[in-house]
Amino acid sequence: MTAETSGAGQAAATPKVLSITDLRKVYGRTVAVDGVSFHVGRNEIVGLLGPNGAGKTTIINIVLGILEANGGTIHVEGFDIAGHRRHALERTNFAAVYAPLPGNLTVYQNLRFFGLLYGVKGIAERITEVLKEFELEQFRNTKCGVLSSGEQTRVGLAKAMLNQPHLLLLDEPTASLDPASARDIRAKICEFAAKEGVGVLWTSHNMVEVEKVCDRVLFLSHGKILLEGNPKTLPRDHGKETLEDLFIAVAREPLTLEVNGP
Amino acid sequence: MIHLRRIAAILLRQFYLMRGSPARLLPVFVWAAIDIVLWGFITKYLNAITSAGPNFVPVLLGAVLFWDFFTRVMYGVTTTFLEDVWSRNFLNLFATPLSISEYLGGLVLSSVATSAIGLFVMLVLATAAFGLSFFGYGLMLIPYLLVLFLFGISLGILANALVLRYGPAAEWFVWPIPALLSPFAAVFYPVSALPHWMQYVSHLLPPAYVFESMRTILAGLPARPALLLWAGSLALLYILLTAWFFTRIHRYAIRTGLIARYSAETAS
Repeated sequence: MTAETSGAGQAAATPKVLSITDLRKVYGRTVAVDGVSFHVGRNEIVGLLGPNGAGKTTIINIVLGILEANGGTIHVEGFDIAGHRRHALERTNFAAVYAPLPGNLTVYQNLRFFGLLYGVKGIAERITEVLKEFELEQFRNTKCGVLSSGEQTRVGLAKAMLNQPHLLLLDEPTASLDPASARDIRAKICEFAAKEGVGVLWTSHNMVEVEKVCDRVLFLSHGKILLEGNPKTLPRDHGKETLEDLFIAVAREPLTLEVNGP
Repeated sequence: MIHLRRIAAILLRQFYLMRGSPARLLPVFVWAAIDIVLWGFITKYLNAITSAGPNFVPVLLGAVLFWDFFTRVMYGVTTTFLEDVWSRNFLNLFATPLSISEYLGGLVLSSVATSAIGLFVMLVLATAAFGLSFFGYGLMLIPYLLVLFLFGISLGILANALVLRYGPAAEWFVWPIPALLSPFAAVFYPVSALPHWMQYVSHLLPPAYVFESMRTILAGLPARPALLLWAGSLALLYILLTAWFFTRIHRYAIRTGLIARYSAETAS
């Protein structure tokens, strides 16, 4: 890993929810993830940024146990995902725009199904809580397939918070939302994370959003972490005006930003 | 450690889907009922033209009922799995703490429920409309159903593994499997009627022992429980082998990224 850690001091002091060490994933001759190491602390929102194909979703899939790494380790609250998959995943949940819940089940049916799979206790009360939290009560008995994309995103987030996870993985959670809905959803996620002390790994291409919600960001390019730090100070540390400028620089000229690069 | 709540979740999901969908509920018994009606009239006709000959009702109609039961069991396992294929749910499903043994347990439990409905409808129809009496099979009825159930489960798991490996389009593997096996299973004729090479295959198929035993009993000869015990053991072995195979395929799908990109049908 060749990462700068200018803003990571505060996070390092908090208990780690997710610890990734020297993670590596290869598809044939393509190196998708190349020796990535980082952690997410409790009550911390970490942004995983990078251009398309940088390896963000691959990392999330490996953490979720639906993709096997070629090397490295992943621990969720001390549980190794390879050896203690069930314990690790009971503490984890996710929402992604590319993983909508089955459209042929109602909102309630989906939440009950996934609630049972995650072993949620007091499931009826918890479903009522998340329906209220995400303003989905009116859609309780509506099939997910007929909801708008924004409503489906809210259902996906309700599922993601159903088991009150300690680690929440969000892959572009506001990608399909209008600005007003996106702002509301961001506020709800941040409120949930703060209230429950959740560690959140958040990917997004919306740099304004990232700057607002993330305590720390990791810039990923070609499967490697190039930069790490506070999203509010990191651009200036690298001579850029905004986080978006820095993102574009990472995407177009990653070698110029590698601190210990070749 | 297996959690019953997770197994129950798979069953509950299937209940939700069937409750709201006649397209799912009707196939559980309609095709089997049509088979019973068709073969019921055929056996009645055969009995009429061969009045001094054997009673075709328990031989042919009974065989159809048993074979349809086996088919329903297999389809019960596969359709529950295919629901996850059709709704592109693998990512959400396999990112939960659900284990493969719990998932397969849920598929089997769903199949128990749907095949029991199908069996009940077939029994009522065959008994009420065509006079099929199950007293003729005696207590052997229980091992017959058990062997066919176990073999149906094993074939269902095998079909699911093939679909998981080769993608959604491989669904066509599933439906013809019972038809492909039926000539070897000697549903309507003795195994001895088959050419030698087919008989070798028959001896590997647990249903062949059921249908042979059924004909033996109806001919008034003593049953051979040891053969059915062998058939049951064979079916159990197939369940273990196919569950192992499914687990291997799932592991392959996790290793290569196929689960995450299932609609692409290939990991590369």
